[in-house]
Amino acid sequence: MTDLSSHSARSHLKRRNRHQTMIKGFGMAAIGFAALMLFILVASLVSSGYKAFTQTHITVEVFVDPAEIKVDRLPRGGFDDVLLASLKTYFPDVSGRADEKALEGIISNGAQFALRDRIVADPSLIGQSVTVTVPVSDPFDQLAKGLVKRDTPEAQRRVSDREIGWFDTLDRADAISQPVNWGLITNTDSRFPELAGLKGALMGSFWALLVCFVISFPLGIGAAIYLEEFAPRNRLSDFIEVNINNLAAVPSVVFGLLALAVFIGWMGLPRSAPLVGGMTLALMTLPTIIIATRAALKAVPPSIREAALGVGASRHQVVFGHVLPLAMPGILTGTIIGLAQALGETAPLLLIGMNAFITSAPDTPFDSATALPTQIFIWADSPERGFVSRTSAAILVLLTFLITMNAIAIYLRSKFERKW
Amino acid sequence: MTTAAFACLFVFSVIGYIWNRQAATAIRRDGARLHSLVGFHGAYSLLVVLVPVLVLILLWLLLQGPVIDLILKSEIAAHLDGFGSGEVQLIVAEIKSVARGVVFGTPEPWKTEAAQYLTALQTRAGQLLLVVVTALSLVLVAFSHRKVSAEFRARHGVERIISGLMIFCSVVAVFVTLGIVASLMVETSRFFAKVSFVEFLFGTNWEPQIPLREDQVAAEGAFGWLPVMLGTLVITVIALVIAVPVGLMSAVYLNEFAPRRFRAVAKPLLEILAGVPTVVYGFFAILVVAPTIRSFGQSLGLDVSPNTALAAGGVMGIMLIPFISSFADDALSAVPQSLRDGALGLGATRAEMMTGVLFPAAIPGIVGGVLLAVSRAIGETMIVVMAAGLIAKMTMNPLDSVTTVTVQIVTLLIGDTSFDNPKTLAAFALGMMLFLVTLMINIFALRIVRKYREAYD
Repeated sequence: MTDLSSHSARSHLKRRNRHQTMIKGFGMAAIGFAALMLFILVASLVSSGYKAFTQTHITVEVFVDPAEIKVDRLPRGGFDDVLLASLKTYFPDVSGRADEKALEGIISNGAQFALRDRIVADPSLIGQSVTVTVPVSDPFDQLAKGLVKRDTPEAQRRVSDREIGWFDTLDRADAISQPVNWGLITNTDSRFPELAGLKGALMGSFWALLVCFVISFPLGIGAAIYLEEFAPRNRLSDFIEVNINNLAAVPSVVFGLLALAVFIGWMGLPRSAPLVGGMTLALMTLPTIIIATRAALKAVPPSIREAALGVGASRHQVVFGHVLPLAMPGILTGTIIGLAQALGETAPLLLIGMNAFITSAPDTPFDSATALPTQIFIWADSPERGFVSRTSAAILVLLTFLITMNAIAIYLRSKFERKW
Repeated sequence: MTTAAFACLFVFSVIGYIWNRQAATAIRRDGARLHSLVGFHGAYSLLVVLVPVLVLILLWLLLQGPVIDLILKSEIAAHLDGFGSGEVQLIVAEIKSVARGVVFGTPEPWKTEAAQYLTALQTRAGQLLLVVVTALSLVLVAFSHRKVSAEFRARHGVERIISGLMIFCSVVAVFVTLGIVASLMVETSRFFAKVSFVEFLFGTNWEPQIPLREDQVAAEGAFGWLPVMLGTLVITVIALVIAVPVGLMSAVYLNEFAPRRFRAVAKPLLEILAGVPTVVYGFFAILVVAPTIRSFGQSLGLDVSPNTALAAGGVMGIMLIPFISSFADDALSAVPQSLRDGALGLGATRAEMMTGVLFPAAIPGIVGGVLLAVSRAIGETMIVVMAAGLIAKMTMNPLDSVTTVTVQIVTLLIGDTSFDNPKTLAAFALGMMLFLVTLMINIFALRIVRKYREAYD
C-alpha cells in the first residue's frame, strides 16, 4: 500500500491542488475578462455619450426688422440677417462679408427656421424685439463641452482664436447656457449634429415593432398551440419543428434579402417603410415566440387538462379556456424578449432601405423612416465630430429601452410564474 | 377605400355574430335543446364571414398594384414602343407621381391623360373591392344564418375553423423557409446566367464595380468569392480564438467552482453581453477597439490598417463569449450526477473530475455550441459592416483589412438597387452561399447535440 504521508505522495497532492487552483484561476480570469469588456463597453459609451444629453444654447434679443421680414412674403424673409444683426450688437466692430459669415457661424444653421416658425405662427411679432434661445453650431458646442481643447494649436482646431474670443464674450454676457438636450428626442434627423434628434427613429422603431407584434404574436401562438397540443406526431409536424429551429439560426441578413426580394421586389411594397421592416422582423421573431410559447404550454401540468376534460370540455375549450390563460405570463415574457431582440436588429433593416436620410417622423407605417439601430448606424458613419457623442447617446437610449423591456419581462415572470 | 372595406368586414362579422346568437337563443327559448352553446353559433358566423373575406381583402391589396400597372401599360402601349424595361419603369413611376399630384415641369399630355386614367382605375378598383366585400359578406352572413338550428354542431364548426387557422400558423414557418430558398434561388440563377459558376466559386478576384455606361473604361467586374470567403474565415477564427477559451473556462468555473451567490451575479452579467445589439458592438469596435489596436501596433512599429480584421474579430469574440459559455454550461449540467460522484469517490480533485470526466462527457454538447457560434460568426453582419474593410484581399494577416460575405451583401445592396444588375444579383448569390453554409453547420451541430445527448440516460 502506498504511504499517503510520504514525501512523493504529498508533493503529488500539492501538484494536484495546484492544478485545481490554476483551473479556478483561469475560470475567474475568464469571467473577469468578460466583465471587464462589458465595463469598458458601457463606460466608453457613457463617457462619450453623456455630453450629448445637454446642448449649448445661445439666448439673444432679436429685433424682427420689418425691412427684412415682411408679412406678405412669409414664410420667406431674411431671418438669418436679423439673427446676425442681433449678434452684431455684441460685436459692433465686426464687418465685411467673411467676418460676418464667421460670426453667424456661431449660431446653428437651423436657428433661422426656428425663428421663422415662431414668426409665421405669430406675424404680429414683426417690428418687435423677441428673445430667442437657439442651439449654437457644433464646433462651439464642442468648445463649450471641452471637447475642442483651447490649448491645441489654432491650425489644428475647428474654431479660431478670434471665434473663441467672441464665444467667451457672449459667455461673459450670460448669453450662453447649457440646458438638457430635449432636441435629442423631439427633433428628427438633420445634417447638423446640434439639431439631429431621434424622433423619426423612435417613431419608425415604434411602428416597426407594432407591425412585428401584430403579425408575429398571433401567428406564433397559433403555431405553438397547434404543435404542442393538437399536432399528431408525424412527418409533417417533425418537418415543421425542424424548420422552426433552423429559422431561429438563419443569419439576420438573409431575412433582409428575403424581404428585399419578396416584399419589395415582388409585392411592390414601399422601400424604407416601417411596415416592411416590421414584417421582416416578424419573420425573425416568430421562432422565438413559438419556442417560448411551447415551453410555457409545456409547463402547465397535465392535471389541469385532465380536470377540464373530465368535466366535459372539448379539447379546444381545454386549451383556450384553461391552459392558455395559465401559460400567458410565460408567453408574454417570451414575446417581450423577442421584441427586444427585434428592436436591436439592424442588418435586415439596412437591406430594405431603412437607413435613408429622412427629416420627418413617420405618421403611418407606410411612410419612409429609420429605426433606432439604423439611425445609430447612420450617425456612426457621419464624419462630423458632433455625431460621435450623439451616436453614443442614441445607443444609451436604445439600451435603456432594451433594459426596460427585459426588466418588464423579468417582473412578469417573477410576479406571475407559478410553481405547480 | 381600403379602410372602408375593413370597416365593412368588421361590421358584417359583428352583425353575423349577433344575428346568429339571437337566432340560437330564440330556438332555445322555444324549448329545444341546442347542440352547441349560443356563443358558438355566433362565433361560427363571425369566423365564416371574417376568415374568407379577410383573405380576399389581403389578396386583393397584394394583386391590385401589379394588375393596375399591367392595365396601364397596355393602355399606353403605343407610347412605350422602343423603350427598355428600365425606362418603362421610370415612365410608369412618373405617371404615378403625376397622379398623386406631384408634378415636375410640364409632363407630356399623354402622360397627364394616363395619370387621369390611372386615378380612375384606382378609384374603380377601390369601389369594386368595397362592392365585392359587401356582397361576399352578405352571402356568408346569410349562409351561416341558414345553418342555425337545434341540431347544428356550431362548436365543431368553430373548432374546425380554428384548427385550420392554427395549422396555417404553423405552416408559415415552412413558407418562410421556402420563401428564403425560392427568392435566393431565383436571383442567384439570374446571377449565374451572367457570371459563370466556376468563376464565382474558384475566382480569386472580387471587384463587383461594373461599368455604369457601355463605353466606360472601368474595371470589368470580377466575381470570385474566394477572397471574400477567406476574409470571413479569418474574422471567424479570430472571434473563436477569443470566445472559445474564455467561454469554456467561465462555463467550467461557473458550473463547478463558483459559489452560488457569485454564479447568481456572474451569469446574468454574461447574459447582458449577449443582449447587446450588434450595432452597438460595431460602434464599440470603431470607437475603442480599433484605435487601441492601431496605436498599440504602431508603438511596436507594425503596419496596422485602420479597420483591421483583429478589431472586428475581437469584438465579435466578445459577443460570442456568453453564447459559448451558456451552451457549455448546459452541456456540463446535463452530465449525470453519478459520473461526478463516481469521480470524486475515487479520490479525484474537483479539477480532475472536471477535466478528466465531466468535460469529455460534455464534449458533444460543447462542440455543438461551438459550431453554432461559428455559424453565428459567419452570419454576423453589423460588427463587420462597421469595423471591417470593403476591399477583398487574399490575405490571412489579422492586422490587414479584410472583407466578409455579409459586408459585401450589405454594401452591394445599400443605395439604389435594380434587380437586373449583376452587382445586386451577386449579393443574392453570396446570400445563397451564406444560407447554405450556415444551414449545413446548424444541422450538423444540432445533430451532434441530439445524437450524443442521450448517451448516459
